[in-house]
Amino acid sequence: MTQLLDTPARTLTPAPEATAARRRNVLHWIAVHSLGVAAALFFTLPFVFVFLTSLMSDSQALSRDLIPHTWEWDNYRKVFDTPGFLTWWRNTLLYAGLGTVLTVVSSVPVAYALAKFRFRGRNLALMLVISMMMLPPQVVVIPMYLFWARQLDLSGTLWPLIVPMALGDAFSIFLLRQFLTTIPDEYVDAAKVDGCGDVRTLLKVVLPMAKPGIAAVALFQFFYAWNDYFGPQIYASENPGAWTLSYGLESFKGAHHTDWNLTMAATVLVMAPVILVFFFAQKAFVEGVTLTGVKG
Amino acid sequence: MSALTLASKRRRSALRTLAFLSPWLIGFAVFFAYPLLSTVYFSFMHYDGFQAPTWSGTKNWTYVFAHYPLFWPALRNTLWLVVVMVGLRVVFGLGVGLLITKIKTGTGVFRTLFYLPYLAPPVAATMSFAFLLNPGTGPVNSLLERIGVPAPGWFNDPSWSKPALTLLALWGIGDLMVIFMAALLDVPKEQYEAAELDGASSWQRFRYVTLPTISPIIMFAVVTGVIQTMQYYTQPLIAGKVASGVIQGAGTQFEPGYPDKSTLTLPQLVYNLGFQRFDYGSACVVALVLFALSMVFTALLMRRRGGLIQAGD
Repeated sequence: MTQLLDTPARTLTPAPEATAARRRNVLHWIAVHSLGVAAALFFTLPFVFVFLTSLMSDSQALSRDLIPHTWEWDNYRKVFDTPGFLTWWRNTLLYAGLGTVLTVVSSVPVAYALAKFRFRGRNLALMLVISMMMLPPQVVVIPMYLFWARQLDLSGTLWPLIVPMALGDAFSIFLLRQFLTTIPDEYVDAAKVDGCGDVRTLLKVVLPMAKPGIAAVALFQFFYAWNDYFGPQIYASENPGAWTLSYGLESFKGAHHTDWNLTMAATVLVMAPVILVFFFAQKAFVEGVTLTGVKG
Repeated sequence: MSALTLASKRRRSALRTLAFLSPWLIGFAVFFAYPLLSTVYFSFMHYDGFQAPTWSGTKNWTYVFAHYPLFWPALRNTLWLVVVMVGLRVVFGLGVGLLITKIKTGTGVFRTLFYLPYLAPPVAATMSFAFLLNPGTGPVNSLLERIGVPAPGWFNDPSWSKPALTLLALWGIGDLMVIFMAALLDVPKEQYEAAELDGASSWQRFRYVTLPTISPIIMFAVVTGVIQTMQYYTQPLIAGKVASGVIQGAGTQFEPGYPDKSTLTLPQLVYNLGFQRFDYGSACVVALVLFALSMVFTALLMRRRGGLIQAGD
């Protein structure tokens, strides 16, 4: 009915008004998209300038030129040849890789209990998880440092950063819990009726449905370890053999304090893996951001 | 009989809950409760890490508040960052979120480009900006001078270092953009149509339909922004180190806050007192100030109606 009434009304619209409306739409489109291009330049030009500088010769990097005269791809080889650079890569992969696996394994059961079990003190536990999530790491760093360095003699290694991840990470628990509450209880109940125990229900029924949430947590944790500066500064600084990329990167500026080109090449090499991982897992990542921010 | 099975059932379910929660329960005790109590304890002790700690009463507290020259500058900087950086980030994030919902051609490409800087590792992003904004040969000042605009000293000028950090924070707006984008797409279309029928201009539609609907998200962005500012550490530290030209390495002492204490933040003070001055007691005082501030805003976040947790679901 409404369609029938609508159609003639639209055809009856006077032609000049329609052209005016169309013109207004075109102008609107142009305005919005020019603004979009301007914003895109703001977000991408820093990457472009950093990349261009990483390909300049030593002397040109000290000039005000924006574009390399000669393209010195060799700069990247020089960065890889810097003593320690490959060790930092290995350490970063160990910290980020092992840390991510431990975090996921230890956080899933906790998040599941907080999302699906009914018990006294559940809201209190959840509030404590959030408090831990919001706690600046510097608040507890003095006793933690004394514990790892003095009691266990583990300073100069990354173990004080990796081992705690086997005991659940507050942010990961929270994000997974948010995700798991969106899975209807009926699936869990049905598995129970079929005679599944809690562990089997979690492994066979809940986990396959929670894959996007787990992917988001794994990504966030991997990036967290990759980006972490404070942790390696506290525990690994005394031993360059335990440095990570984020920590070691800064020493480039020191070692080559006038050579912005090599420092920028190293910077590109620290950024690139994160951006590559993002392109492969964009959906999971964006989902994770909205999940912790808006849902709930 | 049935009462007995009920009791044993209950006990089993309690054990099950404990078993599932156990990683976190241990983590909570070892990495939260114990070190927090220990921080309180050390804040009343004189301890340099070499000699056994001795009771010093409130001496650390009076030292930090009355004599430690870096405490009040750091607190003032934090206030500046809360007002200017958090404020601008929320406004800019909302603007970029709005823009992306209006873009109809190539939305995916624009969204990815806008989001990417958020992913740049903080050390790498800060080093990049320290280069882009360096007053000598940096591309930004080169361009500014070419068009005849006076070029600021950015990270080398105490009155421009925080604006430079703010620029870096606006570059990495991706997180807020995604959150605002999701919120804007959730505003019911009928409300816009109704407002349009009533003859509302696009500004009026934004003011009376969009803003009230997304105001909880704006609150969320402000409060989490404040909490993040309490933890703001890597960017101001690296910016100061790179701009001052200090060479990193074993035995390097960097007095944080370059230039002229303008990039000091509270977390840097914990490092400065604990790991550079070996005054663990005073470091714990600053840590507790940081703890109190963070928890006040976390409580705000949790009290929000329909807030972060779905209480009692």
